[in-house]
Amino acid sequence: MLRLEGLTKTYKTGDQALTDIDLEVPKGQVLALIGPSGAGKSTMIRCINRLVEPTAGKVLLDGVDIAHLSAGALRRARREMGMIFQEYALVERLTVMENVLSGRLGYVGFWRSFTRRYPQADVDEAFRLLDRVGLLHMADKRADELSGGQRQRVGICRALIQNPKLLLVDEPTASLDPKTSRQIMRLICELCAERGLAAIINIHDVALAQMFVARVVGLRFGEIAFDGAPDGLTPDVLTQIYGEEDWEATIEKVEDEDDIEAAE
Amino acid sequence: MPVLEKDDTQIWRRRTRGQALTHWAGWLIGTAIFVYCWQQISGATTWFFVWDAPRIAGDIWTRATPPRWEYIAQLGRPIWDTLNIATLGTLMALVMAVPVAFLAARNTTPSRLFIRPIALLIIVSTRSINSLIWALLLIAIIGPGVFAGVIAIAIRSIGFCAKLLYEAIEEIDHTQVEAITATGASRWQVMAYGIVPQILPAFAGISVFRWDINIRESTVLGLVGAGGIGLQLQSSLNVLAWPQVSLILLVILAFVVVSEWVSAKVRGAII
Repeated sequence: MLRLEGLTKTYKTGDQALTDIDLEVPKGQVLALIGPSGAGKSTMIRCINRLVEPTAGKVLLDGVDIAHLSAGALRRARREMGMIFQEYALVERLTVMENVLSGRLGYVGFWRSFTRRYPQADVDEAFRLLDRVGLLHMADKRADELSGGQRQRVGICRALIQNPKLLLVDEPTASLDPKTSRQIMRLICELCAERGLAAIINIHDVALAQMFVARVVGLRFGEIAFDGAPDGLTPDVLTQIYGEEDWEATIEKVEDEDDIEAAE
Repeated sequence: MPVLEKDDTQIWRRRTRGQALTHWAGWLIGTAIFVYCWQQISGATTWFFVWDAPRIAGDIWTRATPPRWEYIAQLGRPIWDTLNIATLGTLMALVMAVPVAFLAARNTTPSRLFIRPIALLIIVSTRSINSLIWALLLIAIIGPGVFAGVIAIAIRSIGFCAKLLYEAIEEIDHTQVEAITATGASRWQVMAYGIVPQILPAFAGISVFRWDINIRESTVLGLVGAGGIGLQLQSSLNVLAWPQVSLILLVILAFVVVSEWVSAKVRGAII
């Protein structure tokens, strides 16, 4: 469904963020993107919906090359891709409901969105989504009154109301505590399964990635260093992605946490 | 931080000997310049008038007190004009400042190379000329009266409002803009959802702050014939009607105090 062909990004400063990335994501697959800071994970996600302009290569979403679309066509293509952010990126001074409905901006005209007169179907869907993530009672609160986990749920609703084919998720748990992190990851994966959505999830926490996804891609210096199932992440592979370190502890920790989960 | 060794103890001084000498030399030169300037000014001053000043001030004080209270009946209209000059001028300035601010902010300007410098030029040129001078110019162009005052206040305020507003625009959280862009929103929708909510508090604060300043500026516009209470002040001064002058000054003082109180309340409510 999504195919990257020779995707390359060189920043104006000369930093080569991505080098000739080839990647295929089939429909409904949730993929975790791991790698050290500065490996190009964020850049890759942003190249897919062109928040960052790729320097070369193709981004094919159902055969349409997003990298070479005109402004209007790009806006229509962006509707197909929901994005979830590290610091939630909600519009702080708008209400939860307005934030969720802002996911429909690509579908409604300026005047309707400016006067907040969204089609009834969108409003129904917004309420349904808020109910699904357990925030229906917060609909009228301002976004900056919510806790981190709640904000991220609103972020998820905003991405899903676009009715996308693909979710681009940039470090969804980096600002959350361990328990909330798991809940958010579980929610994202469940929703993807429910709706048959593909997702690319940038994530720092290798253990968390291993717990929830079926496929892991490791980036190192803007190139793919690993692509496979999560149990293929051996100390050798992690050393290859992140560099020399005692990886046994990380991998053991996963097992420990699984035990705790089981005990709960 | 020099440390001197003396009899096995370490003596600490703030400055080395050289630094201390330069320091004293600096003070010496400064004092010398002050004394010289004082002499120059003294030579150019007619001291007779200065020694006479307390007596003249006392004389004016006795002439100006008590204020001519019944004159207040004639001040209602000019105060109303002054209020209108300040308020309408501020509103007009805001309408013009918003687009200028968006054109001047680095993150929203359509072109950094061509349009941004023009917007900055508008800001600098309107800001740098005092509203009294704008009023003088405008009276020559559109004739004396309240309208010239309104326009003078408006022009003078554009730069001030636009500058503060474009700084607020440049400080917004970019990820919120990114998030709205990622939904497929158009340029105007990104502005309405991603940028405007973030700058709204700053906008409200700037408006009230400038209105407060404009109340004070519009009280003097009448001195050059641009309407408002300054007109009354000017004519009273011309005929040496000191009791009227003192009343006008009292009214202006009360008026400004009230406007500052209002703006403080409004700003407190917003922030």
